[in-house]
Amino acid sequence: MANVSIREIRKSFGPVSIIKGVDVDIADGEFVILVGPSGCGKSTLLRMIAGLEDVTSGEIRIGDRLINDVPPKNRDIAMVFQSYALYPHMTVADNMAFSLKLKGAPKAEQQKRVGDAAASLGLTDLLDRYPRQLSGGQRQRVAMGRAIVRDPQVFLFDEPLSNLDAKLRVAMRAEIKELHQRLKTTTVYVTHDQIEAMTMADKIVVMHDGIVEQVGAPLELYDRPRNRFVAGFIGSPAMNFIDGTLSDAGLALPSGAVLALHHQPPAANGSKLTYGIRPEHLQLAPAGTPGTIPAVVAVIEPTGLDTTLIVKAEGGSLTVVLRERVTLRPGDAIALRPVPEQSHLFDEHGTRIATL
Amino acid sequence: MNTWLSPEEWTAVGISLKVAFTAMAASLLPGIAIAVALERGRFWGRAALDVLVHLPLVLPPVVVGYLLLLGFGKKGPIGSFLAENLGVVFSFRWTGAALACAIMGFPLLVRAIRLSLASVDRKLEDAAGTLGANPAWVFLVVTLPLIVPGILAGMVLSFAKAMGEFGATITFVSNIPGETQTLPTAIYTFIQIPGGEGGAMRLTIVSILISIGALSASEWMARRVRRRLSTR
Repeated sequence: MANVSIREIRKSFGPVSIIKGVDVDIADGEFVILVGPSGCGKSTLLRMIAGLEDVTSGEIRIGDRLINDVPPKNRDIAMVFQSYALYPHMTVADNMAFSLKLKGAPKAEQQKRVGDAAASLGLTDLLDRYPRQLSGGQRQRVAMGRAIVRDPQVFLFDEPLSNLDAKLRVAMRAEIKELHQRLKTTTVYVTHDQIEAMTMADKIVVMHDGIVEQVGAPLELYDRPRNRFVAGFIGSPAMNFIDGTLSDAGLALPSGAVLALHHQPPAANGSKLTYGIRPEHLQLAPAGTPGTIPAVVAVIEPTGLDTTLIVKAEGGSLTVVLRERVTLRPGDAIALRPVPEQSHLFDEHGTRIATL
Repeated sequence: MNTWLSPEEWTAVGISLKVAFTAMAASLLPGIAIAVALERGRFWGRAALDVLVHLPLVLPPVVVGYLLLLGFGKKGPIGSFLAENLGVVFSFRWTGAALACAIMGFPLLVRAIRLSLASVDRKLEDAAGTLGANPAWVFLVVTLPLIVPGILAGMVLSFAKAMGEFGATITFVSNIPGETQTLPTAIYTFIQIPGGEGGAMRLTIVSILISIGALSASEWMARRVRRRLSTR
């Protein structure tokens, strides 16, 4: 096991700059998730750690070793791909034993280590099968087994669950997390799914347009997003944003309505600000209550566990998540009270300047 | 069967098969190497190599045969060098016919292998690298097995082209019964002489049978391989 340190990494394909100076520190044994929308550079960064892409500038270290120019085979990593990348002409056992065969490990050792990994992943009965005879979830397990057998210093996962259906994805999420808790191998995991990031990571690296927007523990990012991008990206349904101008009375919306603020934010009157509040931090209040946001119900989505409302308010459309079941109907006039201490203000550059 | 084909006709069939198998076998390794270079390589002169490999496809076969005669003939620079130093003679020998056929079939072989190389999932090769394989091993253990269908297809095309090759062969090594007379040139000879229609027809049927045999064999092998390589 080892730590991974990424310093001022840049990557360009010709004139196109994909990664624009990224620093990430991954501690020994940590589970770090690189998350961001497609095209943010997260997969490219992972492939650079794997040695599958050249580094344009900057340094990548595994342990104390600078690996910029080390070929993938000598980096002591194992990567799990979205498409699983299993060898169709090899059985499950041969796929899993691939790295041991390359090392020339004795047959007995190969069998033992493949057998152990297969047992831990529930693949024992499938060892003689070919990948085409497996379901998606089983193939995913074989890909993980092949990585486990390699016993690397670092596991790299490139969107490993994206090809699975929703139910299997949830199950595999827990399995991967449990696997990490058991093996404690340093892991770098790439996904575009912020739920995966939130549920699995020790530390999340949010990337956007080739830069790191914020690094932190899942709940830290959720509660204290550094900017509007992170605030909107982390959390589902996404945070509500209302744009306005700061005045003595509160945040003046373009429609002329005023959104009352609990505290005076650290900004001058006349500043263009964005008010952000998560769907679960809006509570129903009797219509007309002072300090509330008037709104009209547009869509009601009951999930059983909670109820999602999409409502039309002065600042635009808002999403509200209520734990309780409601008897509202589309068109009903309601009022929403923001939970104190849970609303954020972002300046015109998108930086969070206050949480009220 | 002996009564059906004359000894001369059997000889032409034998030479044709020998020439076609030799052409196919000799061009296989260079074909794979060039296909890999053209599909994966980034080097100076790649476009020129691509054109050169494809030229036999578009040039009149007679032109290829004449160029071979100039280069590999007894007095040609390459031909005289090989004859003096290695004792290898191409002109007016069956080996020359094989050389001509190999060159004419080469673009077909290379194209078929390139197509299957292009369809190889690069992630499979990437994964092998991260699992500790060096590039040569990745090619041998991962890439090569995956492109077997393309190699088989290319071999059949190369073989079929060699069985049918006429222009380059007759220009380079002429039409010498027992040495360079292949099925097509024998058929050509038969239809030049009065009363040769029977021989021409017999060899035509043989030619059709060999082609069907080659196609079926390759289809059968390709189907087996495809089933083994399928991911579904």
